[in-house]
Formats: sequence, C-alpha cells, structure tokens
Amino acid sequence: MRRRIGIDVGGTNTDAVLLEDDVVAAAVKTPTTSDVTTGIVRALAALVEQAPGAREAQAVMIGTTHFTNAVVQRRDLGRVAAVRIGLPSGASLPPFVDWPEDLADLVRAHVVMLEGGHEFDGRPLVPFDTRGMRAAARRIREAGIRSVAVAAVFSPLNASGEEEAATILHEECPDLAVTLSHRLGRIGLLERENAALLNACLIELARKTSRAFTEALRASGIAAPLYLTQNDGTVMLAEVAEAYPVYSFASGPTNSMRGAAFLSKRDEALVIDVGGTTTDIGSLRQGFPREANSVVEIGGVRTLFRMPDLLSLGLGGGTIVRREPTLTIGPASVGYRLTEQALVFGGDVLTVTDVAVAAGLIDLGDRKRVATLPPTLVAAALARIRAMIEEGVDRMETDAGEAPLIAVGGGSFLVPPRLAGVSDVLNVPHQAVANAVGAAIAQVSGEVDQIFQDLTRDEAIARARRAAEDKAVAAGADRATINVVEVEDLPLAYLPGNSLRTRVRVVGDIAQ
Amino acid sequence: MRPVTAEEIESLAIGAWILGTGGGGSPYLALLNMRQLYGKGVVCRLMDASELADDDLVAVVSNMGAPLVGQERLTDPQTMALAVTMMEEYLGRKFHAVMSLEIGGGNSIQPFMAAAMLDLPVVDGDCMGRAFPEAQMTSFAIHDLQMYPLTLADVRDNAVVVARAASWKWMERISRKACVEVGSIASTCKAPRTGKEIKECAILGSTTKAMGIGRAVQAARRAHRDPIDAVLEVEAGIRIFSGKIHDIARRTTEGFLRGTAILEGLDAFRGHTFRLAFQNEFAVGWLDGEPRVMTPDLICVLDTVAGDAIGTETLRYGQRVTVIALPAPPILLTPKGIEHVGPRAFGYDLDFRSVFA
Repeated sequence: MRRRIGIDVGGTNTDAVLLEDDVVAAAVKTPTTSDVTTGIVRALAALVEQAPGAREAQAVMIGTTHFTNAVVQRRDLGRVAAVRIGLPSGASLPPFVDWPEDLADLVRAHVVMLEGGHEFDGRPLVPFDTRGMRAAARRIREAGIRSVAVAAVFSPLNASGEEEAATILHEECPDLAVTLSHRLGRIGLLERENAALLNACLIELARKTSRAFTEALRASGIAAPLYLTQNDGTVMLAEVAEAYPVYSFASGPTNSMRGAAFLSKRDEALVIDVGGTTTDIGSLRQGFPREANSVVEIGGVRTLFRMPDLLSLGLGGGTIVRREPTLTIGPASVGYRLTEQALVFGGDVLTVTDVAVAAGLIDLGDRKRVATLPPTLVAAALARIRAMIEEGVDRMETDAGEAPLIAVGGGSFLVPPRLAGVSDVLNVPHQAVANAVGAAIAQVSGEVDQIFQDLTRDEAIARARRAAEDKAVAAGADRATINVVEVEDLPLAYLPGNSLRTRVRVVGDIAQ
Repeated sequence: MRPVTAEEIESLAIGAWILGTGGGGSPYLALLNMRQLYGKGVVCRLMDASELADDDLVAVVSNMGAPLVGQERLTDPQTMALAVTMMEEYLGRKFHAVMSLEIGGGNSIQPFMAAAMLDLPVVDGDCMGRAFPEAQMTSFAIHDLQMYPLTLADVRDNAVVVARAASWKWMERISRKACVEVGSIASTCKAPRTGKEIKECAILGSTTKAMGIGRAVQAARRAHRDPIDAVLEVEAGIRIFSGKIHDIARRTTEGFLRGTAILEGLDAFRGHTFRLAFQNEFAVGWLDGEPRVMTPDLICVLDTVAGDAIGTETLRYGQRVTVIALPAPPILLTPKGIEHVGPRAFGYDLDFRSVFA
C-alpha cells in the first residue's frame, strides 16, 4: 500500500492527512504554534492516534507559507550581497532599486555591479569582468556576508556569466550560499534579480525550517523522506528545496486547489478556499491552478513568479461583522484569536462564524450566545456574503458555460449551496483539509532549460527531456511514471552553429 | 516654464501608459530612473511651445527597440543624453530644449531623463499624441518635414549618425537595422526641429494631457471612485465595451506584434462580443462583427477595476477589461493623417470613421 502524509502549515492551523493509496485514511487540524515544530509534532501525534499506519508512510510532504510570511512581516531575513553582471547597461538602476525602503535596509549588505552579460541573441554584451568578480568576492568574505544573489543580463538565455561568478565566489568564500537568478526566473532583469535577492535573504531561514521539519518527523517516529511543496503543485526533496525557498511562496493556495481537484475528481472547475481571514477563488485547468502571468508583488517586491491566478476576498470565518453605521463585512478579522474573541466562544466580537452559527449553517461553540441576534441582521449579513462570493466567482470565470464550484477550507460552510454563475457547489469529504491533501498527492518535477547546438529541434528536445527525467529521478521520482508537461523552444540567431534554447519540464510520482 | 514635481512624473507614467493604446512599452523603468534622479535633487522644467523662439533648436528623443530587450538592458539617462550631445556635435549647435517623440508609453519619460542630465527644459508636446510603431507615423512626417539627421547611441562606445535618408520609410529601415545590430535597444535623437516647426507641426500640450489623465486615475483611486469614469470625464472619451478576455492570439511578423483578442461582454454588454486587432498598438475593434472603433482614434484597454492600462503584450485570458476610445489629435484626422496612420496604413481595408463623429 502507498502511504503518504501531507501537512499544511498555515498561519492559523496546521493540517495533516494520511493518504492510503487514493483514500484519505486520517485527517487532523491543530493550531499552528509559534515555533512551527511543536504544531507539526502535535498534528502527527494526532494523526498516528487516528491511524497507526501513519508511522509506515513512505513520504511526508509539507507545504508552508512560512517564507512568504517572513518577507511580508519583515522577520528572520538574512543580509545579502547583490552581484549584478551587465555594465555598462543598467547602471542607473542598481539592485534593490524598486524595493520598499524598510525591506531594502534590512536585507542589503553590499552591492556590486560588474561588466558582462549577454545580448538577446546570445552574443556577449561585453566580456565578463572576472578580476572585478574576484575582488568583490574577497570583499564579501571580509564583510562576513553569508548569502549572495547573482543576476546577469539575459542569463535565462546564456547562464555562463552567472555560472562563472558562482565558481569564483565559491573559490574565495567556500561557505557562501549563492543564488543564481537564471535558476529562478525568466526575461525581466529587475524582477528576476528581485526573486534571487528574496531567495538569498531567506536561505538561512529555509535551512533552519527544513531542519526543524526533519526534527519534527524524527520526534514523531516517522522515518520517511521529507519533501517540500512548490508553487506549481509539485514537491522537491527537502534537502534540494531548502536552496529555493521562493519556489514555495504560493504553495499554500496551489495545494488547496490540487486537493480540491483530487477530492472532487474534477479537473475543470472553480475552487473557493475559505480560510480564517481570506477567501481565495481560483480556476482549475486539467487539475492544476490556472497561472497568473502578470507581475506578482511579495511584501512590496516585484517578481515574475508563476503563481496561481487567484482572487482574494477579505472574507473568512474570523471576519468581523460591523452593525454600525451600516452593516459591513470585514475586511478586518480576528484571525487565530477566533476561539477567544467570537461570540460563540465567549468573546464579544461579532464574526462571520457567529452569523453562520446563528443561521444554523454550522454547529460551533455555544449556540445560545448568538440566539439573540436579530434574524434580519443574520439574513442581511448572509446576503452580503453571498453577493461577495458571487461577484468574485463571476470575475474568475472565463468560459461562457457555467462550471462547478468546489468549496474547500475551514470556512467552506459559508459558501451557499446554490450560487448564480456556477452549475453546482460541490462539498466534498475532508474539504476542510484540502490543502494537506494537495500536499500529499504532489508529484516530483524535473526541469531543463539549456542551449543546444548543431542538433535538430527533435533531437534537442529529446536530449533535454532525458536530462529533465534524470533530474526528476534524482529529486525522488519513479522513472516509469514520468510525463512531459511543458516543452518550449526558441531558436537563437548569431550564435555559432544552429543554436536552440530548449526548456522541458516533466513530472512523475514519488518512487516507492 | 515651470518646475515639474515628482508627483507629476508619477501621474505622467500612468497617463502615458493609457495613451500608449497597448504599445509604447511600459513606462515603469523610465519612472524608476526619474525617482532616482529626483531622489538626488533633480527638478525638471516643462515649457510651453509658445515660449520657444522660432530659431531655437529642439531635440526630439526616444528609446528605440524591442520592449522585451528593454526589460534586460535597462534604460538609463546617460545613454539618452549621449544621443542628444552627439547630435549637438554633429550639427555644431546647441539645443534649447528636448521633446518626446511619442507620449504613449515609456518614451513619454525619456525626454525628462535627457533633460535631467543636460539641464534643458522639456517641451510640453510630442509628435504622435499616442504610440505608433514606425517613424513615418508622426505629425512631422504628415507635415513633410525633413527626417534627417538622426543619431543613435549604444550603451557601449558605439554611435551611429544617419546623415541623410531618401524618405521617412528609408530612415525607419536604416535606423532599425543599426538598432538591431547593437542588440535591439538604442537611444535616439531624431531630426532636430526649430521652434517654428515645433509650434506649427508638433502635437502640443500632450505631456500635460498625460499628466492630467494620470492625476484623474490617482484621485479616483484615492476616493474609491471608478478610475475609468475619471479618464472618460477628463478626456471626453467613450466607453466602448466591458468584458472578459475569452481568447487571445499573438504572432510576431515583420517586427510587429500582431494578434487579436476576443472579449465576451459583461454588465451592460452581456450577450455581445468584441474583437480587438492589434499591431503593437490596438488598431481596430469590432462589436458583434461590425467595425466600431479604429486607428487613429485612441483605443485603450484598461483593467476594469484598477483602471491600469493593459499592453498588447500583457493581455491575457480571463482578464476583466474595459475598452475605451479617446479622441485623436486633429492632425491625425486630416486626409494626409489618415493616409499615414489610418486603418489602411495597418493593412485593414476599412474607410476611417471616427467613433466621435
């Protein structure tokens, strides 16, 4: 039997599920703790209590919003040296130029700009200043900086400058963590550099967090390898993933949507994920979230990550309902203090959860404490919530025909059973822990993005595909289950021979 | 002549992106440069064309090349200024002011970058009143002004002077070739203009107009009002269609980004379909199969909620957008203007009919 554990560490709750083949055998929801580890240990203990088979799981997948939160909340960030290779171009817009000042002050330790980089057709812009690089590496060592981000002009087309910089940096500073921008992004120097800088400032936290997760598994008596979930719904072995914390920025919503597809057995649908503070609405295409292809800001920093195309509403179980001067829903929320502050839990703040309990949508806390709420108020609040959801669904829908809407998340009881613009509202078992389910079903991916010379297009793609498969296997995939999910090729003029830039991405199941 | 505030540059970037009618490249990187310069204490000056003497000399500047390359080889004020000083050296004369080639998109801000380096004023105006892809699509070409010389500066020590050209199209071909050779991005100073030519042949006041549009959007956002209504009010525009992008197809041919987008109607337009054709900029729009709006009327596509302009490169499936039309500068609507920038100039066999007629 295939046994996999999926864990989602959210801001409010840590959810865990045990998947036996394709069946959810156990599911738990526990509060997230400030040290993260304790919450995971508790969740795993509860899971093992429900299903002792959890100890024999062959893989554990963890999804977390930890790194996004660190950037948004400006905490646990490392100081970073930025190396830009591209002078004489771009001199007036140095690294960190469009960062919010508070974040730049926290992260920026040193900035180096050197001659080098490439043209759009692969020719060098100017020769790479390797002597300057070596001198800079020594300064970085003397300043005691532990993490560096390197970004070169057109490195997604020709990464040789960034690779050479990494070699020199490692020669001069053997313990330095080096993030190369071409591993993280596409065309768009500032956005790609920003991604590399964010990654570099999170790398220590990522190592620490990954170690804490491993520790939590060991403390729970689970020997399975640990994987971390990525923005695209796949996983990487934790020891590989800890070098790329930015890849997990959007893994929470991705996991929810993948879990919704799995639980409902629908590949084409809208998904609404109602949490404690916000509601995310997204669209599933072939079982994966539709991606946004615009600029994504994280903590005020522009990046070009591939993120699920989501519409976020300020609506969740903890959302505050105000009666005066007019009825308003949110956007403020009591968040994780729901169980102290909501009326049904003995508090004195009227929340959306209280309205739902008064209306009989869910049984939580002490029902008597909301018995005196005027029925007109309850009806008006529910009508407002319905209108918010219907408007959001209408904005996310792209087909003329009506699609089903899958409701997931701890607050899914707020989604009315019938809604304008959707064919059905699907409520599925374990919908409250869909994110953990999405983590548990994640596959392993491998990607190659390389320039091939003197090969036909078919040969180049075949070679890239083999290399991508090898990478996926190294990251923990079962070779027999690997599928190609993306192929992209771009002929490059002006380079010697027939040059073709080829990108192939494959995914496969985790090897037994 | 008056100083330009940092806030006005921010407004200019928003308004110019709307006037870009889908092309012209995002003003974001140019705006970042201006923020840096203003942060160091620079203050640019804006002048009315009427303040120019007839024999004053004005540099008409723009960045040339592929927007994609501009995202890697970031624009900088030094190279922009270099194109201007090269022209001064070639002519053996000094400029009195700089002006934008096109107010739509990033080139709205390029003259401010040059002006900041050279301590020259910027003339309130341009020669397109929007964005267009080629050199002959300007009010100067419509007025048959001389199209040479042209200087082209690369960030390395490469410089090109196109001393003569037989026509606007030849100037476009020769300078485009040089631009591709230095990596498809270059700063250019177009044929120098006298104060008299500017006063008679430029599209005057377009810088202030772009700032006004941007300011209206910013004010509407602050007041939680509809920014699109605000644009329509300040520019006497028309709301053409609101809907969701249902299909989008793009291809690159002969240096153009060509394509079509299909919109399914929402709200007042529910049940209707709108087709938008673009060649770098939005060129023609059909409502339920009938031509509804066409170049040179400005066809702008805005995010329905935020009011931000959306470029032809960033249109995507599922976006909720509103198509609006803004009036074109009168010079573009003359028979000669229509010949240069009307639907047939972009290969559409349609008689121009203004949506404002």
